[in-house]
Amino acid sequence: MTLSTEEVKTVTLQQQQRRLFIKGTLAGGAVLAASGLILPRLAMAAWPAEAFHATTLDDALTKVFGSSTLEASDKVVLKAPGIAENGAVVPISINAEQLENVESISIFSEKNPTPFVARFSLKPGCVPDISTRVKMGESGDVIAVVQAGGKLYSARTNVKVTVGGCGG
Amino acid sequence: MSEVKLRAALKDGKCEVKALMTHPMETGRRKDPQGAVIPAHYIETVELLHNGKLMLEADWGGAISTNPFFSVSLKDVAVGDSIEVRWVDNKGEKGSGTVKVK
Repeated sequence: MTLSTEEVKTVTLQQQQRRLFIKGTLAGGAVLAASGLILPRLAMAAWPAEAFHATTLDDALTKVFGSSTLEASDKVVLKAPGIAENGAVVPISINAEQLENVESISIFSEKNPTPFVARFSLKPGCVPDISTRVKMGESGDVIAVVQAGGKLYSARTNVKVTVGGCGG
Repeated sequence: MSEVKLRAALKDGKCEVKALMTHPMETGRRKDPQGAVIPAHYIETVELLHNGKLMLEADWGGAISTNPFFSVSLKDVAVGDSIEVRWVDNKGEKGSGTVKVK
């Protein structure tokens, strides 16, 4: 295939424009990454910042589930110590094996400055039986909320903290 | 890259996974002895994978204890399968660990 001088010029110009465009895009991307706007993420779902920054239990529940109305269920087995000598390390375990299709297990600590503690999202094949250790600023209720089949089930228990774990 | 200590053992047809991470988990509310606020530094996202397949995804705040621990069980796991746990914190720092099921 042969091209006339005019055609060659057009092609070159297009290539140059394309190069410029690519350069511009790369530079923009680098700036975004450098400024921390694009944080490296493992998961596609964004970390729910608003829920973690909520300062009341009701607000935190609403930010996570869209509602702060919880129905207590004996199918959620929440274990926490009645008295925690060290609020910085309070062992919590939640078992929801009596429920089918458990999608997530969330933990809240009523009296913490920001009550939302954690959410564990489970895939099928993952047994809904989670243990972890949380910080509690002062005595108060620990609330477990299990999302299963699109419904919410919860359990709460009071923990007396003798030494707070949030410092300050 | 910080190492995650992992145990994965078969028990009653299920595989119990225990993960221990090394992390300060600073809430951003504590003050140092001079009264200056210690900046927030905590793990935000944790993932658990079985043979490379995502099984659990967790979002955490600063209220998970320092040097976080969690445990969970998985179904349909065989000896020799690989279990991986990895995390990313609010500064973009990462950690991970992999173990073969015994």
